[in-house]
Amino acid sequence: MSALKFTKAHEWLSIDGDLVTIGITNFAQEQLGDVVFVELPEEGRQLLEGEEAAVIESVKAAGEINAPLAGTVVAINETLADAPDTVNQDPTGAGWFFKLRVEGDIENDEWLDDEAYNRYVEDEC
Amino acid sequence: MSSENNVLKTPLYDLHMELGGKMVPFAGYHMPVQYKGMGIIKEHQQVRAQAGLFDVSHMGQLIIEGENATRALEAIVPVDIDALGLNKQTYALFTSEAGGILDDLIVTRWGKEQYFLVVNAACKDQDVAHLQQHLGAQAELSLLNDQALMALQGPTAKDVMGELAPQTSELVFMSGCRAVIEGVECYITRSGYTGEDGFEISLPAAQADKIARLILAFGQVEAIGLGARDSLRLEAGLCLYGHDLDNETSPIEGALNWSISKTRRTGGAKEGGFPGADVILAQMANGVSRKRVGLSIDGRVPVREGAQLLNAEGQLVGQVTSGGFAPSLNAPVAMGYVATEYAKEGVQLSALVRDKPVAVQVAKMPFVAQRYFRG
Repeated sequence: MSALKFTKAHEWLSIDGDLVTIGITNFAQEQLGDVVFVELPEEGRQLLEGEEAAVIESVKAAGEINAPLAGTVVAINETLADAPDTVNQDPTGAGWFFKLRVEGDIENDEWLDDEAYNRYVEDEC
Repeated sequence: MSSENNVLKTPLYDLHMELGGKMVPFAGYHMPVQYKGMGIIKEHQQVRAQAGLFDVSHMGQLIIEGENATRALEAIVPVDIDALGLNKQTYALFTSEAGGILDDLIVTRWGKEQYFLVVNAACKDQDVAHLQQHLGAQAELSLLNDQALMALQGPTAKDVMGELAPQTSELVFMSGCRAVIEGVECYITRSGYTGEDGFEISLPAAQADKIARLILAFGQVEAIGLGARDSLRLEAGLCLYGHDLDNETSPIEGALNWSISKTRRTGGAKEGGFPGADVILAQMANGVSRKRVGLSIDGRVPVREGAQLLNAEGQLVGQVTSGGFAPSLNAPVAMGYVATEYAKEGVQLSALVRDKPVAVQVAKMPFVAQRYFRG
C-alpha cells in the first residue's frame, strides 16, 4: 500500500496493487459540514474516468463524487448508509466510499501527494 | 447580488471571526453559517437542548410613528393592529395589490401611535420604499440602522435572560419590554424563529459585542449560525420569505389564513382595506388551487428546494420550497406547494431527486412541537 494520493476535486486514493480505495479529503468534509446522506455505486458497476460515482449530501449542500479513474466497483462502505457522519469523523479512514479494481497502469500526473495537496488547498481554496 | 467588497459587516463580525464562524455573504452581509468545533447539527441540537445565541443584525429594524400610525399600518397589513396591547407583538404580511406577499414581518406596539417593525434583510430596501409610498404623510418611518439584533433561543434561554434582565421572566410569547443590561438599553421580546422559547434583543450596535460576550459567557449558551437557524425554523414549520413565500404566493396559498385578523376578513368590523384584499378575501371564500404543506420523507435522502412533486400517475402536482435534514428527527423533512386536492395529511406523493422518485407524504406541521412560553 502506498501513501495517499489526492485529486484537485478533493478525493483521496489509496492504491494497493490493482485495488484503489476512494474517499473525500478532510478539507472536503470540512467544507461540506455534517454529512447526512451518501449514495454509493452498486458493486460490480463499471465506472469510466470522470463518471459520477457517488452522491454526498450534507445538511446544507449536495455534491457528487466522480470516479478519478476507470474501474469496476468491488466494494462499497456499507457503514455510510446508517452512519453517514463517519465521513466527518474519519474521512481518510473509516469514512472511505468505495473500492475499484483497475486494469492497467494506475498513474495520473494530476494527482497530488500530501504536501502538494495541502499547498493546493491553501492557494486555491 | 452585491460583489464581495460591498458586503456589509454586522456589529458582531469580529466576534464571529474570533469564534471561527464560517462566513458567507447572505442578504448583503457577512454572516456565519456555522462555527468551528460545532457545525449545523450540533448547533441545532444545542438550541433544542440548551440555548443558542444568533446574530440577526442583518434584519431590518424600523419605527413607524405619528398621529395616524395605527390606521396607516392597518392599510398595509391584514391585521387588527389597533387590537394589539402595548408591548404586544404580531406576525404580519405586507401584501401586494395582486394578493401576493411582499415580505413577512413582526410588528410590536411601542405606543398608542408608535410601532417597532422587524423585516427580512433581503427585503429591507423594498419594504422601506413600500412603506414610504403607503404611509405618505400619515406617519413617519425611521430606520434603526444603529441597532443590532440578537436572538437567544432554547429551553434554558429564560434562565440566562432572567439573570441579566429579571423582568423578562414575566414576558409571555409575543410580548416585549425595555431592560437595561450592564448599562445598555435593550428592547427584549419573547419571540424567535426556532420553535423554542426564547428572546430577541434589540440594542445599540456599539454595545452589541459586549452584551453578546456576556451572554456567551453562560455555560448553557453557544453561538449559532444561519445553517441551524434554517433547520430549526424548518422543523418548527415556519416559512422563509423568498423560498416558501413570495410575491407570486398569496397568504391563503401559503396556509397563513391565521395571520389575517378576524376583523379584517369578510363580514369583520374592519373588513378589507389592505393591498390585495379583494383577491385574498375572495380566495378565503372560494378556495385556492394550491397550498403549502409539510412533507415527511421515506428514507434518508434529503429532498431540497426545487424538487418536483408527482402524484401516483406521475403527473406534476407541486414543488418543494424548503427541504433538508431535520436533526431533531434524524430524518429529512420538507415543505412545499401542492395542488389543493393533494393538500391533505397522509397523501402519498413522490419527489424527484436527481431524476429518481423518493416517496414522501403530506404531513402535519410543525414537524417538532413548538415550545413557546404562553404563561
